[in-house]
Amino acid sequence: MQVPETFEYERASSVEEALDLLERHGEEARLIAGGHSLLPMMKIRLAFPEVLIDINDVPGLDQIRIEGDQLVIGAMVRHQQVLDSPLLYEHYPVFRDAEKVIADPLVRNRGTVGGSFCQADPAEDLSAGGAALGGSVVIRSKGGERVEPMRDFHVGPYETKVGPAEMLTEVRFPIRPGAGSAYEKVERRVGDWAVAAVGAFVQLDGDTIADVGIGLAAVGADHYIVPEAEEALRGKPATLEHLQAAAQLCHDNCAPTTDQRGPEDFKRHLAGELTLRALKRSIARARGEES
Amino acid sequence: MQVTMKVNGDEVTRDIEPRMLLVHFIRDELELTGTHWGCDTSNCGTCTVWVDGEAVKSCTTLAVMCGAREVHTVEGLAKGGELDPVQKGFMEEHGLQCGFCTPGMMMTAKWLLEKDPDPDEETIREAISGNLCRCTGYENIVRAIRWAAEHPADDTSEVTA
Repeated sequence: MQVPETFEYERASSVEEALDLLERHGEEARLIAGGHSLLPMMKIRLAFPEVLIDINDVPGLDQIRIEGDQLVIGAMVRHQQVLDSPLLYEHYPVFRDAEKVIADPLVRNRGTVGGSFCQADPAEDLSAGGAALGGSVVIRSKGGERVEPMRDFHVGPYETKVGPAEMLTEVRFPIRPGAGSAYEKVERRVGDWAVAAVGAFVQLDGDTIADVGIGLAAVGADHYIVPEAEEALRGKPATLEHLQAAAQLCHDNCAPTTDQRGPEDFKRHLAGELTLRALKRSIARARGEES
Repeated sequence: MQVTMKVNGDEVTRDIEPRMLLVHFIRDELELTGTHWGCDTSNCGTCTVWVDGEAVKSCTTLAVMCGAREVHTVEGLAKGGELDPVQKGFMEEHGLQCGFCTPGMMMTAKWLLEKDPDPDEETIREAISGNLCRCTGYENIVRAIRWAAEHPADDTSEVTA
């Protein structure tokens, strides 16, 4: 029987209260939302917080909305909401692609966007998709609010910029008119973590790639990105030759390791191939050739 | 600590450790053993129950997190001696073999039908993708859920109350 180590339980009904509780209980306190990353970690003693602060009653963090030229997703938005959101689909189908292959519907009913980003698992799909899009994260503390670039948010595996008495409240993505986006994943079986996965967006100016973002999951790419591949595409014509060159850069510059999900060379192959597919699909969507 | 929640419409209060998982609360504290306890790792889905109307895996939910919330288990499906259409579907279409996955399958199926009363096969397969049947009886499970979709109860408000 897998049961977590003992802990104290608190329930917050506002962001302020959650921050108060975090401050009062110190570094060994953790927020819990869906709990679908934290509780499994606690069961196998990879995490043993002394206090859990339940934020499921905190209002106002479960919205998906447009603010100016930004698409804003609250930290308590559940995966299922992301999957079902017409607004997100309209601007970035990469979210629907990714959510379809994140765990299963029951897990998606509980797991949250904030939880996924804060877990900072190198194989997590939403984090790779978010890295592809860039954007920013909003972190609250009692002192106020700070905005960090999305691509700096993940400090390393399971480590983020969120400090002990802070919480992630929302993630923001710039709206890029006419951009196409996509997510491609290979998994051993439905709902599993990625063997490798790639998210991308492409913004076209005629046939030229005006802007592009690529995020890679599970292949050891720092901050989920390979900036060389993006640089190689910006300002270039959207031809197969250029896409293949970028895919090759992802193949060469990621750092996968051999594990139970596959050998290093296979994952490297996937990093290249899935980059190519995600870019092709993003371009097809930008051109309105694919929904 | 003391926790109070509604389970199948009845208010229950227990004094429990915060670390108690919902599945153990339901089975050991309330002795509602219809909810099964399987993999412990949110993979198999046999522990599926509803919390505030959403199907969730109760092995990955703390009981204290359900304080002041409404939980529904497989025991709440039948009303007044009348089986829910989902339960009838599993009988009619032989939707179970060993029966271990069945409570979770039925709670997920019921949740799906609440959201989508007429799901096609692909939708059903996607919905139950977090519930594993190690007898591999998926064909009949899909048929059972289709049967339930085609034979809704006369008064659906009653079975979801």
